[in-house]
Amino acid sequence: MSLPDAALTHLRQVLRAPEPPADRYKIREPIGHGGMGTVYRASDRTLGREVALKVLRADVAGEDAAIRLEREARILARLEHPGIVPVHDVGTLADGRVYYVMKLVRGERLHDFARGVSRADALRVLQRVCETVGFAHAQGVVHRDLKPSNIMVGGFGEVLVLDWGIARIRGTPDGGGDEAAAPTLGAPSIAAPGEADTAPGVVLGTPGFMAPEQARGDAGQIDARTDVYALGAILRAVAGAGSANQPVPRPLAAIWNRALSPDPGGRYGSAAELAADITRFLDGAPVAAYRENIAERAGRVFRKYQVAIILVLTYLAVRLLFLAMRGL
Amino acid sequence: MVEAIRDADPEARRSAFDVLVTAYWRPVYAHLRKRWQLEPADAEDLTQEFFARSLASGFLEGYDPARARFRTYVRACLDRFVANARRDERRLKRGGGVTLVPLDFLQVERGLAAGDGDGRDGDPDAWFEREWIRGLFTDAVADLRAACRDTPRQIRFAVFERYDLVPGSDADRPSYRELAEALSLPVTQVTNHLAWARRELRRLVLERLRFLTATAAEFRAEAEDLFGEGDS
Repeated sequence: MSLPDAALTHLRQVLRAPEPPADRYKIREPIGHGGMGTVYRASDRTLGREVALKVLRADVAGEDAAIRLEREARILARLEHPGIVPVHDVGTLADGRVYYVMKLVRGERLHDFARGVSRADALRVLQRVCETVGFAHAQGVVHRDLKPSNIMVGGFGEVLVLDWGIARIRGTPDGGGDEAAAPTLGAPSIAAPGEADTAPGVVLGTPGFMAPEQARGDAGQIDARTDVYALGAILRAVAGAGSANQPVPRPLAAIWNRALSPDPGGRYGSAAELAADITRFLDGAPVAAYRENIAERAGRVFRKYQVAIILVLTYLAVRLLFLAMRGL
Repeated sequence: MVEAIRDADPEARRSAFDVLVTAYWRPVYAHLRKRWQLEPADAEDLTQEFFARSLASGFLEGYDPARARFRTYVRACLDRFVANARRDERRLKRGGGVTLVPLDFLQVERGLAAGDGDGRDGDPDAWFEREWIRGLFTDAVADLRAACRDTPRQIRFAVFERYDLVPGSDADRPSYRELAEALSLPVTQVTNHLAWARRELRRLVLERLRFLTATAAEFRAEAEDLFGEGDS
């Protein structure tokens, strides 16, 4: 007996749509798709607010994928920072798929935002991204998939680092690659003993923003400097793009060149160090990545203090003129 | 399965072939009827002969996963098979063709007739895909029914059957409350049973799909088509 059309269509719909606890969340439209999950806009009936609900895609739903999504939720919950989307709730749908609920963020992805702003504004956003990533590093978490589309700039100036789906917790063993060994929800620590993430040789990330050690699948080499490389690639893409009429200052290019060093030892030691160099550049101070010559130094000092210098020079010129007139 | 149909062991090959026939007889028949406009009796004979010849001559074994999905390859083989049959002016003896397994062509015929007005007629490939999906779900539902029969889970399947397998439109579907009253269950139990059955059905469909695809990439692509965010 074959299924009739109406039943077939209905089954495909109900097997596709998430069914969160009906008394709490009402699913609206999908607002984003990733390799592992789909993000829906949803209404939280209990608290009367809109939220984002990320659920495993039905076609990848499996034990490994469920564990990955749980890990992502637990990592996000651990990273309480204004630059990281807070997680409100985690659970299992009626059909067994894992979901988590987070703050609904509205804004522009970095690549769109950067098109409409000055280089300095784009750099200020990147500075905050580096600070957020630096915070995650301090908590032992490496993002591993930083790219402009994973950074959102909100309408009120919020800068959020998204998609921690393949983040790695520093200090957890990589050997074996047995995702199923990871603890399930409710485990006391995300860095629980025995938890493994990516097996050696498995490549996760985005080409163009992936450090060489990550592209090689060299899990043992991955640390905070892997994210520094991606931040350098973002810096180059965002601050170096669209500036055909505006040459890139050498110190700025030196910053991303240091971040993009193929050898992790040649990069900044952390995202915080990179953020500090971007801050120095924005403040007109010498950057650690670039040794400037006397002329460049004079030019930088002039640009930094040009108003004061012009005022002093004007004052001196007027004074000289006055003295000259008195001597006549 | 795709690997198993190349197996040197005839038993293993035959077994894989049975799975292949179960998954593909509906789309093959629908394709012959819609794409090639064959009469029902000729389409039935040619469906049987297509599978019999593919088992005997092994032409499905030449599948290369790097080039296409397996079902695309099956359809291409079928088109070549029919074109050759027409070129050779081969005449199938009515009733004298090969019969691999008893297949209920009448039910597919009813589906083809019912779908004539829904806009699929202009695209013969859509018929092939739709019937292939129908086969997957129909067989998965049969697996679920068999797994529940004569067990305490029978009530779960009964809820699922009365709610999700309603042949008519959504208006014909009972409410959870009506269903609960009809089966003397609390409403929460109805939704729990339904959720369990759907979860199991999804697992069974994906299990079959995994078996019917040659590579992880092909499986993901097919699963995305089945359960992704695209149109049904």
